[in-house]
Amino acid sequence: MSALTSKVEMVFNEPACPTNQGKPEKERKKGCGKPLTPGAAAGGCAFDGAKIALQPIVDVAHLVHGPIACEGNSWDNRHAASSGPMLYRTGFTTDIGELDVIYGGEKRLFRAIREIIEKHDPPAVFVYQTCVTALIGDDVEAVCKRAAEKFGKPVIPINAPGFAGSKNLGNKLAGEALLDYVIGTEEPAVTTHYDINIYGEYNLAGELWQVQPLFDALGIRVLANISGDARYREVACAHRAKAGMMVCSKALINLARKMEERYGIPWFEGSFYGISDTSESLRSIARLLVRQGAQDDLLARTEALIEREEARAWARMKPYSERLRGKRVLLLTGGVKSWSVVSALREVGMLITGTSTKKSTAEDKARIKEIMGGDAHMFDDLPPREMYRMLKESSADIMLSGGRSQFVALKAKTPWLDINQERHHAYAGYEGMVELVKQIDRAIFNPIWAQVRCPAPWEEDL
Amino acid sequence: MAIVTTSKKSCAVNPLKMSQPVGAALAFLGLDKCMPLMHGSQGCTAFGLVLFVRHFRETIPLQTTAMNEVTTILGGMDNLEQAIVNIYNRAGPDVIGICSTGLTETKGDDVDGFLRLIRQKHPELKDTALLYVSTPDYQGAFQDGWSQAVTALVETLCEPAPRTVWQVNVLPGSHLTVADIEEVREIIESFGLYPIIAPDLSGSLDGHIPETFLPTTLGGAKVAQIKQMGGSAVTIALGEQMRPAAEALEARTGVPYRLFDRLTGLQANDGFLAFLSELSATPVASKYRRQRSQLVDAMLDGHFFFGGKKVALGAEPDLLWQTGVWLAEMGCEIAAAVTTTHSPLLEKLPCAEVVIGDLEDFEDRASGCDLMITHSHGRQAAQRLGIPFVKMGLPLFDCLGAAHRLSVGYRGTRDLIFEVGNLFIANLPEHHVDSWPLPHKGDSDFLCAEAHERSYASRGTSCNRDAG
Repeated sequence: MSALTSKVEMVFNEPACPTNQGKPEKERKKGCGKPLTPGAAAGGCAFDGAKIALQPIVDVAHLVHGPIACEGNSWDNRHAASSGPMLYRTGFTTDIGELDVIYGGEKRLFRAIREIIEKHDPPAVFVYQTCVTALIGDDVEAVCKRAAEKFGKPVIPINAPGFAGSKNLGNKLAGEALLDYVIGTEEPAVTTHYDINIYGEYNLAGELWQVQPLFDALGIRVLANISGDARYREVACAHRAKAGMMVCSKALINLARKMEERYGIPWFEGSFYGISDTSESLRSIARLLVRQGAQDDLLARTEALIEREEARAWARMKPYSERLRGKRVLLLTGGVKSWSVVSALREVGMLITGTSTKKSTAEDKARIKEIMGGDAHMFDDLPPREMYRMLKESSADIMLSGGRSQFVALKAKTPWLDINQERHHAYAGYEGMVELVKQIDRAIFNPIWAQVRCPAPWEEDL
Repeated sequence: MAIVTTSKKSCAVNPLKMSQPVGAALAFLGLDKCMPLMHGSQGCTAFGLVLFVRHFRETIPLQTTAMNEVTTILGGMDNLEQAIVNIYNRAGPDVIGICSTGLTETKGDDVDGFLRLIRQKHPELKDTALLYVSTPDYQGAFQDGWSQAVTALVETLCEPAPRTVWQVNVLPGSHLTVADIEEVREIIESFGLYPIIAPDLSGSLDGHIPETFLPTTLGGAKVAQIKQMGGSAVTIALGEQMRPAAEALEARTGVPYRLFDRLTGLQANDGFLAFLSELSATPVASKYRRQRSQLVDAMLDGHFFFGGKKVALGAEPDLLWQTGVWLAEMGCEIAAAVTTTHSPLLEKLPCAEVVIGDLEDFEDRASGCDLMITHSHGRQAAQRLGIPFVKMGLPLFDCLGAAHRLSVGYRGTRDLIFEVGNLFIANLPEHHVDSWPLPHKGDSDFLCAEAHERSYASRGTSCNRDAG
């Protein structure tokens, strides 16, 4: 069995995931990815997932070993923000040609690593394997090992070629690479009882910075945020944190679990989307830190901060909630992320008319029902044509979804807001919730809607 | 006349180039009721999808055969068959446009053979056109993929047909925008000619509001129209990349072709309209005479600001040519030219060197220029270099109206002069009291100064080349 195959099996068999453990042993190894239907599939590949998870490490050179497609068609297309180094936004690729396919691309890869180190001298180079170079048998691990010896700096193989599976699998393989090669290789100058790790927060549109002031106010230090706005050294020192929080669904659950197994760092799953979830996450962090030796006044200080910030957020949202009361939302986003948003939207008086449950488990569905009551439709699969018809019949005042269905909403002349990876606005923490409500208000009350819905004077009323 | 060099680096930095299959997929997106299908792993399609969604701000139909490690090694016949059958059942398209990828080409899938077997097994597909183009990611670039897809289109669908004298074929290159194609159509129609444009992005990706939502393209060149191309009086190929497709069409149907390598600039458009006038035996419409005169006036007003300006250009060969020659005609110096793939036009470009390379090569050479022109990925370089930046090409993901940027025809050229000229005006250097120091005593500056002015003076004359 190849190293990649065994790694994939191991990642799929995730003891910390209740869904996975609920399956019979045989199915467990097949993992959570549903088999793809050729001609009716959507979504990114494992390489995409690995890149999403790691590229936000801002001072590293991210080198893609493969043909131009993998990097050339997609580079610099996310909004993971950096507070300093910009090297992560430089697109590096070996751009292999036909001769490399025939004779192998290992030498080109080695030279490419050298060129990067000579020009940029980054703290580390991450090398991403892709389908073609995996198929021709380029041994990325061996080249990285040789390069690391030769150049005296970490050169990290990220073995997640696209054809290994889905984006989610790629996230997990990225986590494995950090565990295998990065975490635990350096030591922090000082440690405190208030050091935490966050797993799966990519600082999209700067969202980390919406919650960072809350940590600062409590004297909590984010030792390593994996991976938004992270520096290589921070990730290498992550094993010295006292507690961990896993966000973004279950993308890096394997990382969170193994950090506990290997380094005794307890963790919990939380979210910074929504008022109550943000508060609950802060409480959980405080509890874990106190359990790990922090002064127990942290709990009271956390409660005080929560009380103050919740009150401030609600006060700021009040002017909007008066306008938004009774407005109907169609919420189409995968699984976990939506709950916290749902409860927040309901708290400002909006009605959720429907939500997608495509990526949700039975457990998720029960929880959605509980939160939303009986008045919401759950859609397992809502094809664009059906979505368009629903919106045309104005069954919602706004749709919140990822970019994929953006134009279905817009063409149906329905207000729409991006709540996915490519969004430009930051919606995390108390600050982010206020921003979300503000953006919803802006979208619904924009004066264009009355104009664009009005047929041309020479067209018959439909 | 340029020396063409290829970047010798092992590591491409900040790619200018995109891969062949996405170029081919875009060509298929210019066909009506079409579903482009990439034969590769799901990521190949996902990246292409995001790329086009961000550029056009439209829903993009694009599917995948979803190959994985095992199916790749066993061969992609089953996946391709399932994909075609699923697309047929779910979307009922007129055309499925299949492009291979690096993955399936490395394995060596015989897609032509697969398609013959699939046709035999599935007689229900008899009314669905299946186009196939071989586009390995590790060869060529976006423009080559487009070019080959159109050639495949012609070779699969076109047959000889009785001649219709007022009907003309138009094969536009990938460098033309929706607005460019609309402009070309209007110009041709003004001569009483009926153009069949294929691919036609102006039908499918122009941002119209559809009546319903279909999973395929809505609008674009129809299969029935493409089948009639064999009966046209002539084929107009726009861009050197379209020569193979035009030649293939001529070989199959006997329709002769005329290639226009660019449609930006006064003389280029004079050539185009004169050709149409002669073909149709119709005088140039007063609208275009007026527009020509407006363009001449814009050149007169604008040339002050263009003369001697140094411009860095990064674009695919046909866009590089169209824009580069026009800039030279306006008196600019092309100080840096970087492109993605080979083309016979490169060595004819009026500059010293054309590099087949990336945006790092571009950035190294663009320093000190008055203007840079490339696609949206040039934004980091523009910021670092601090020079004015005109976005052109694909992708343009950080601006509105990418599809509606017009740069062909008299009107398009006129507006381009205004856009670029205004940037030059906004960045005119300010002079200071110490802007013109005398040389220090003992400097051997006299000879140098003369040589400097001489080389500068010779530049202006080198651009007076034939418009082609």
